[in-house]
Amino acid sequence: MIDLFGDPAIWLPFAFAALMGLSILIYVVLDGFDLGVGILFPMASRVEQDRMIGSIGPFWDANETWLVLAVGLLLVAFPTAHGMILSTLYLPVFIMLIGLILRGVAFEFRAKARSEHKRLWNALFFGGSLATALAQGFMLGLYIMGLDQTPETLAFATLTAVFLAVGYSFIGACWLIFKTEGALQRKAVRWGRESLWGVILGMGAVSLASPFVSTRIFDKWFSWPEALWLSPLPLVSGGLVVALWVLLRRMPFPGDRKAWVPFTLATTLFTLAFGGLAYSFYPYVVPERLTIYEAASAPESLLIILVGACFVVPVIIAYSIFAYAIFRGKATDLRYD
Amino acid sequence: MDTLILSRIQFGANISFHILFPTITIALGWVLLFFRVRYGQTGDMKWMDAYRFWVKIFALSFAMGVVSGITMSFQFGTNWPGFMETVGNIAGPLLAYEVLTAFFLEAAFIGIMLFGFSRVPGWLHTLATFLVAFGTMLSAFWIIVLNSWMHTPQGFEMIDGVAHATDWGAIIFNPSMPYRFAHMIIASGLTVAFLIAGVSAFRWLLGDRKRDVRMTLKVGVAMAAVLIPVQIFIGDIHGLNTLENQPQKVAAMEGNWETSTNVPLLLFAIPDEEARENRFEVGIPNLASWILTHHADGEVPGLNDFVAEDGTVMHPPVAPVFWSFRIMVGTGLAMLSLSWVAVFLMWRRRHLHQGQIAGHWLAVEGLPKLVLYALVAMAFSGWLATLAGWYTTEIGRQPWLVQGVMTTAQAVADVPAPMVLGTLLTYLAIYAGLIFAYIGVVVYLARKAVIGDTPSFPETPQSPKAIVPALQPGE
Ligand code: HDD
Ligand code: HEM
Ligand code: HEM
Repeated sequence: MIDLFGDPAIWLPFAFAALMGLSILIYVVLDGFDLGVGILFPMASRVEQDRMIGSIGPFWDANETWLVLAVGLLLVAFPTAHGMILSTLYLPVFIMLIGLILRGVAFEFRAKARSEHKRLWNALFFGGSLATALAQGFMLGLYIMGLDQTPETLAFATLTAVFLAVGYSFIGACWLIFKTEGALQRKAVRWGRESLWGVILGMGAVSLASPFVSTRIFDKWFSWPEALWLSPLPLVSGGLVVALWVLLRRMPFPGDRKAWVPFTLATTLFTLAFGGLAYSFYPYVVPERLTIYEAASAPESLLIILVGACFVVPVIIAYSIFAYAIFRGKATDLRYD
Repeated sequence: MDTLILSRIQFGANISFHILFPTITIALGWVLLFFRVRYGQTGDMKWMDAYRFWVKIFALSFAMGVVSGITMSFQFGTNWPGFMETVGNIAGPLLAYEVLTAFFLEAAFIGIMLFGFSRVPGWLHTLATFLVAFGTMLSAFWIIVLNSWMHTPQGFEMIDGVAHATDWGAIIFNPSMPYRFAHMIIASGLTVAFLIAGVSAFRWLLGDRKRDVRMTLKVGVAMAAVLIPVQIFIGDIHGLNTLENQPQKVAAMEGNWETSTNVPLLLFAIPDEEARENRFEVGIPNLASWILTHHADGEVPGLNDFVAEDGTVMHPPVAPVFWSFRIMVGTGLAMLSLSWVAVFLMWRRRHLHQGQIAGHWLAVEGLPKLVLYALVAMAFSGWLATLAGWYTTEIGRQPWLVQGVMTTAQAVADVPAPMVLGTLLTYLAIYAGLIFAYIGVVVYLARKAVIGDTPSFPETPQSPKAIVPALQPGE
């Protein structure tokens, strides 16, 4: 049965890389927007802040679970790569974890602690969200640079850290446009407009840097006829950026028309950018050092996970959609009754 | 200090912090389901009031559990890469199943459970509460399977230094799993029982006479009284299982150096590993032999059997195991005495129960102040016993990480020691702050719930829901 689809040593690592890629992508979009809302937090008034929390409260836990799944898949499918990547990124991972801890608990504490302490928890919510986004951006930058740590690569990673934080604010703003109304929605439109530049610069920087760090990636993109097949990717992304630009100048429309459009476009944009990165790095899991085929665990163990995943992942997606559907519509303040 | 010991302390600190909160959520989920179902059946507001109060503590604990759990899952890669490289083929699928079957389930339905009361039909809200409770128990199951396998590994073969699974049934149902799982779930039940009883006693002492407090106090104490004998029984057979599989751990728990018969149960001793003997021993003759073999002259393994020819010590450090075990058992005995005394006193005065409704077997009025204070003091005793129990188990496994397969030293990453020290100190500072804040908020919520009963709010209506001045959003 294991040989049904050909050599399992070939397709199993690929299937797991795909599954891991999918969960990273879902994570970046979903936790991206709720981290982004956290980063935008200090710019809102107190009443608006409660509404912003209301727009992500029922979801943030499930959103973060995609991160747990992604690192879990890295760990189970590519154990050597997992150790190599995470022990190299020891400090940024640590900062990300501290950030996630602080923002996750601040969420609960700000609503339950005595009101004098609410400001402290608000500050920690913002600080934790920002630290998480910066740390993730930093790791992305180092990863693109092949996990080398030289002054140049660290500088590049610092740059990607800032861009990812701005990118998360952008998708967070788009989420708020979708989920809120009135003055907060107008503010969100402005935030979206102002952070769009960061998305453009960030994607530009990564697209320029990765081919120049690695001739392999350069060849993958700029050889004929691949370049032809790949050309829609930058073209569509460019189109999306222009569409977002135009929309965000005009929004909000009367009757809340198209409130969902910016978030959808932003998600598509993130997906395309992610697809581009995945294409560049395939088949490597540790850039230029370890391919997914070299790093994969034993086929029997992978198969037992895959069989489970085939049954469970669709169910997870179904009830996640269900949970989002229950809290559809404009966000309200969260109440237990 | 070197990277190994620092990484161990860091892992111990992180998992200790993590386990505090699942210990609460695993059982509190079922208690909330009970409140929710009773409310559905009777329509009596006291159940819903209890639900509303405890669901806040659940939400807070859950968030603490989730964020500290995420830290746990990164630890393997940052500090223990050797673990996954050697036994990843076994640990991996177990962890993956935990994420896939349990984490997503609870994460998706917690939103509906917390904020969905007025958005979804009653049955769906009850179902969401059930799914969250079930999810927490399922996570506990998978992680305990893994942990137990590390203590009593089987169902695998080693090929080129890497473990390969041969029999998943044997891996999942490894010899110590049923005992460990049962003992952990009941530990969680006890932790929650004492937390509920303690917080309710606190509210009662502050003068809160609402019906939901009366009810939760009784539920907490009764739950404790029922669970504690079961826990002691399971603990005993768990110990017998350990005697079979990890005799060196039992030797350390008993502080027994030489394999012998008629071993006393030591109540106090200071194990001295240099001299390989105990100082200041106080013990009850023959009792350890009797507990472990059910014969007064039964043979109990000794630590000296676990020293190799060349002097390498293959048994765990004795004092921490010896003492953690005594803290756990001591707490268990304290729990037994307090909960039974409290139940007895409430039963004796059951006629004091206000309203004299038939079917009330217990009356809170029966409890003297002293017992109420004791319940408050024991509110977090479950944490103490649980941590002590885990220290016994985990330190008792050293120097092995996976018993007989790999040692802890083989798994550690070569991260520079000062870096680990830095992260360790930061974690410790944050954890101390968060535990302080957590307990502070539990106390604050209890006080806030009481305010409604004091005359300072003369115009407030009867329902406690309306009394809490304007619920904060997201509360
Ligand atoms: C409320 C918590 C609680 C209470 C009151 C007790 N325990 Fe416990 N004990 C635990 C919570 C716990 C635990 C945290 O759940 C452990 C750690 C690992 C495990 O499976 O359970 C544990 C481990 C543990 C072990 C170590 C098993 C091993 O790894 O080899 C033994 C022998 C006992 N227990 C025995 C007892 C006895 C005889 C008790 C009688 C009073 C007792 N426990 C009370
Ligand atoms: C949840 C309750 C747990 C607690 C309180 C706990 C506590 C500890 C402690 C204190 C140590 C350090 C022992 C020493 O340094 O001598 C340790 C070691 C370890 N435990 Fe646990 N443990 C728990 C559960 C688990 C579980 C579920 C796993 C695995 C899935 C696990 C895996 C490990 C590993 C890998 C080590 C090695 C590192 C070390 O020796 O410090 N533990 N644990
Ligand atoms: C090395 C050991 C462990 C790892 C890697 C780990 C990992 C995690 C993670 C990532 C989460 C968050 C899940 C989410 O996103 O919803 C979590 C939550 C949870 N863990 Fe652990 N865990 C460990 C030990 C334990 C132990 C020993 C227990 C209990 C016996 C436990 C029980 C739970 C439960 C019940 C939850 C969900 C409820 C809550 O958050 O309170 N875990 N764990």
